[in-house]
Amino acid sequence: MLRNSRTERLVALVLVAPFMAIYLLAFVYPTVQMFRISFTDAPLIGAGRWVGLDNYLRLDNDPMFRRAVWNTAYFVLMTVVPGTLIALLIALGVSRLKGRFQAIVLALFFLPYILPVSVVYLIWDWTLNFQFGIAMHALDWLGIPRVPVFKSRLWFLPAVAGVTIWWTAGFSILLFLAGLRSIPAEIYEAAALDNSTRWTTFRRITWPLLWPITSLVLTIQLILQLKIFDQVYLFSIGGRPNDNMVLVYYVFQKAFQQNQGGRAAAVAVTLFVLVVVVSVLQFQLLRFAERRRR
Amino acid sequence: MNVMAAQRWNFWGGIITALTLVWAILWAFPLYWGVISSLKPDDEVVRPYIELWPETPTLENYIDALTTTQIGAWYVNSVAVAVGVTVITIFISMLCGYAISQLRFPGRIALWWLILASFMVPISALIINHFVLVANLGLINSWAGIMLPQLIHPVIIIVYKQFFDQVPKDFREAAVMDNASEFGILFKIYMPMNWGVTTALSIVCFIWTWNAFLWPFLSVTRTEIMTITVGITQVNDAFGVYYARQLSAAVLAGLPVALAYLFFQRRVTEAITLSAGIKG
Repeated sequence: MLRNSRTERLVALVLVAPFMAIYLLAFVYPTVQMFRISFTDAPLIGAGRWVGLDNYLRLDNDPMFRRAVWNTAYFVLMTVVPGTLIALLIALGVSRLKGRFQAIVLALFFLPYILPVSVVYLIWDWTLNFQFGIAMHALDWLGIPRVPVFKSRLWFLPAVAGVTIWWTAGFSILLFLAGLRSIPAEIYEAAALDNSTRWTTFRRITWPLLWPITSLVLTIQLILQLKIFDQVYLFSIGGRPNDNMVLVYYVFQKAFQQNQGGRAAAVAVTLFVLVVVVSVLQFQLLRFAERRRR
Repeated sequence: MNVMAAQRWNFWGGIITALTLVWAILWAFPLYWGVISSLKPDDEVVRPYIELWPETPTLENYIDALTTTQIGAWYVNSVAVAVGVTVITIFISMLCGYAISQLRFPGRIALWWLILASFMVPISALIINHFVLVANLGLINSWAGIMLPQLIHPVIIIVYKQFFDQVPKDFREAAVMDNASEFGILFKIYMPMNWGVTTALSIVCFIWTWNAFLWPFLSVTRTEIMTITVGITQVNDAFGVYYARQLSAAVLAGLPVALAYLFFQRRVTEAITLSAGIKG
């Protein structure tokens, strides 16, 4: 086909320009700035002195930073794999249902995902309210002593992890359902003819064919949960945020509450690098696992 | 398949279906409990026993929430910001996706990789520099300030590019034969074709923006500029221990997105599976 390459370039430039302008302004420029100020002792707003690697070296002896790293890792551990498994189980159950009925049941599982985090917070704060929460009535009924979950150091992160799984599972369930739908029915018919058991069918057919989706869900969840902030912040209101410190919370505290832009940027860069490295690693790892299955 | 196997199959199938139903009801129960509690008068909501339906249902909490807080203003802010972000994001992403898919220009591949890579970058790591940028532009406490860092959703460009890739080349060739201009091809031929994708992506973009918390929370200090998602966390102070009023504010904040989902259920699920890069 004949193409007039000069007009084509010009048109392309016009079409790409609006996105590029915003992308450079709101993404590339802030990213470059983040790296730059992490080497200075700048406050939140304003210039600072060049201090080299000082901000990074200080992180090594910073107990709060360590706590933030461990809490983030702990939170990721409690949400990513359990959340993915729960979503898979739900998707397997929902995929058996038919038509309108399936849509209703799916809506029940999916609705939490649609809600803003502050709505999720208010609902769970109420459900788990120490005095009046319905969950506490349930504990009484089972004879288990009540726990003020969001005020307890032991239970805070597990409880927030549980709420997060409840909140975000809808997304993973949808992806698993899409994956299950794309498995041809003939394969299952053939398996049924061979008298294979439910478990064998799952292990030999569903699971391998669903593996690409599973790895996608795991990757998305991992990137998402490393950035945990909103829930931890909201549930910490009136509690002890320093005990529940996570990485983004630490960036927020350093920059916006202690006015230490440079130190905060060093933590932000660490998170940035961590997310990129972890997602690249996981991508490679999952691809390797997939290849070994073949 | 022999009869025994068929029966065993159906028995376990029935159990799994029943378990799924029970699970679904338990899963959605906190939502029900929140809504029901918001309809109870003050003295009823703190009763020490479980009441699955309000004895005297009342809208008092809603009236209170609407009149004593700035929920009205927060609604206006949320709608303005969510509509603004959605319109701008969808428009610039469609243009960019079209260019990458259909046109040949230097830097095309590099741009595509840049967009794919930015999928991995944690936007929340950029909050400090977003704040500095928006403050320097004088946009703290403004709709534009809340919108600016939220205008970048690489995944929408990715979906558009993949959609345009799948349109048969004949359309384009025929239009070029007719001497149609590039813009003519995009707006008269390709755009009408992608209404379905555009609606689906617009709904999810609207929901994402409506629900955004961290950035709107940081970039706004004056109560009357808050979006509703941020605003309702303030009613704790205003309402203290009046749980039912807090919950009615929560219902008001969640209602628009819940309704959007229920009305456009198929579009939403379609957009989400599309945006994760799989065809359902």
